Amino acid sequence: MPHQHRPAAATLRPDHQLIAEMVTTGARVIDVGCGDGALLDVLARDKAVDARGIELSREKVNACVARGLSVIQGDADRDLSDYPDDAFDYAILSLTIQATRHPKTVLENLLRIGRRAIVSFPNFGHWKIRKGLLIGGRMPVTENLPESWYDTPNAHLCTIYDFADLVKLVDAEVEDAFSFNARGKRLGIKQSIWLQNLLGEKAVFLLKRKH
Amino acid sequence: MNETVNTRNQPQAASAPGQDALVHALPRLKEAWTPSSQLVRFENAPLKLECGQSLNSFQIAYETWGQLNAEKSNAVLVCHALTGDQYVIGTNPVTGKPGWWETLLGPGKPIDTNKYFVICANILGGCMGTTGPASIDPATGKPYGLNFPVITIADMVNAQVRLIDHLGIGQLFAVIGGSMGGMQVLDWAARHKERVFAAMPIATAARHSSQNIAFHEVGRQAVMADPDWCRGDYHTHHKVPKNGLAVARMAAHITYLSEDALHQKFGRNLQDRSSRTFSFDADFQVESYLRHQGSTFVDRFDANSYLYITRAMDYFDLAAESGDVLANAFRNTRTRFLVVSFTSDWLYPTRESRDIVQALNAVAANVSFVEIESNKGHDAFLLDEPEFFATVAGFVNAAAQHRGLKA
Repeated sequence: MPHQHRPAAATLRPDHQLIAEMVTTGARVIDVGCGDGALLDVLARDKAVDARGIELSREKVNACVARGLSVIQGDADRDLSDYPDDAFDYAILSLTIQATRHPKTVLENLLRIGRRAIVSFPNFGHWKIRKGLLIGGRMPVTENLPESWYDTPNAHLCTIYDFADLVKLVDAEVEDAFSFNARGKRLGIKQSIWLQNLLGEKAVFLLKRKH
Repeated sequence: MNETVNTRNQPQAASAPGQDALVHALPRLKEAWTPSSQLVRFENAPLKLECGQSLNSFQIAYETWGQLNAEKSNAVLVCHALTGDQYVIGTNPVTGKPGWWETLLGPGKPIDTNKYFVICANILGGCMGTTGPASIDPATGKPYGLNFPVITIADMVNAQVRLIDHLGIGQLFAVIGGSMGGMQVLDWAARHKERVFAAMPIATAARHSSQNIAFHEVGRQAVMADPDWCRGDYHTHHKVPKNGLAVARMAAHITYLSEDALHQKFGRNLQDRSSRTFSFDADFQVESYLRHQGSTFVDRFDANSYLYITRAMDYFDLAAESGDVLANAFRNTRTRFLVVSFTSDWLYPTRESRDIVQALNAVAANVSFVEIESNKGHDAFLLDEPEFFATVAGFVNAAAQHRGLKA
């Protein structure tokens, strides 16, 4: 499908590339917290998906709509409950869950409105963060989480272990999961979860509800 | 059914001697009876109205711009607001002013008339050539006045459907409108789903709020309290309820602005005087401005039309027809939507646009929703708002690609 403003390949966020690889061609997709619409653009261009987005920032929403994307100004905590069950093939939440007020409810809604949910998040179990707290004795500030504790929108940071526990709690099935570094390089699949939780800067889970 | 197409400036029927005198006294009536725009008459083709009555014959005055393509797939219908008319682009024959939405539509504009065939019709109940209370009642040979049936937004849309049929257009590429125009857009999208590829309801609501009904009632009471209203029969008495209609317009005009906009424009500045006059003159600039708005309005608008159209807006409640669940109105829609609100619009606040978006989400419709930052109040949708234009352009271009229209 032709698209008006193609972002240069170099501007693709590595995690977007990894998520895009999980999505099947022609699927119905909603990207919750879609930002400037970069992932939606990739999905519309490369996977011919019926792409929708929700974004909190008014400026970003307007920019998305101005580039021809179907995006609404809204809030993951408040607005996901509006959608019917199975409205989408994939409900994507990329690097956003840590900034929601009720991550569990958001995840439950994602699994309800999407046949599958794709969730990526910064891993708070990464060694640099552990080191920051252990040695420095202060809330860690890293490239992935650059804001100070009083400035950060990230109210609910978690580790890969923590997220895996939540997945169990909401009775979802993990179809795929891996961690990756800032350049989007996946950690070797043979690594144990313990090691991924230590070395992975970010993680992405492909989930499906069991029932 | 009998459709008569008239070219511009051809009188409809031999006018009675009294009618000539009326036009002489009130030139505006010429546009109501023999409009300078394109015209189609439906004779003995009853338009069934929601109130139960029918209009056996009626006419629609409309304007078009651009070219309809061979597939008839590039038509854009513009729905005008309460006191708007079909002169979206170009000089208005009554006011002599430029079209009311030239910011958004025209060659090279977000809705490009080089690419799309744009249609705008005066609404049913209006006074710019489409049948309304100022039109001649064939039963009496006099203006309808209060004999005109009470109409609704759905009736206005049903009349537009006749026009679109007449033009041979199956599916409109887009329907766009702000305020009451947005209500018509929603009605089109709800009741004629398959005929609307893309819908843009702007600065509007799916139901008229209690506060909005209240403001309209103030306006209507002002008109009806004017002794020159003559129980709606003012034309026969060669009178015009100017004072009442002007007050109605003044009150309404305040609701189209914002406190911030009024403050920035006028503050407490005095009008052509250095101190207070201790009288009830228009000491303040804002008073003078409102009086001007009121007095120019009565020269271009029919008082009875004002009553009927405000009533139609009050009655609008899209959810009420769908078991009080707005989402039901849009079930199975395949239309692409762009919903737009403005931050300082307190007449149709963002939360009412959000209700529309919520209903569309509930049926997983393809919807974009933007709230535009503006301090200009409800009127912002008619003014220079670059972010608004950019979002409309983006939405329309993407919709055109999906519709397979050439860039």
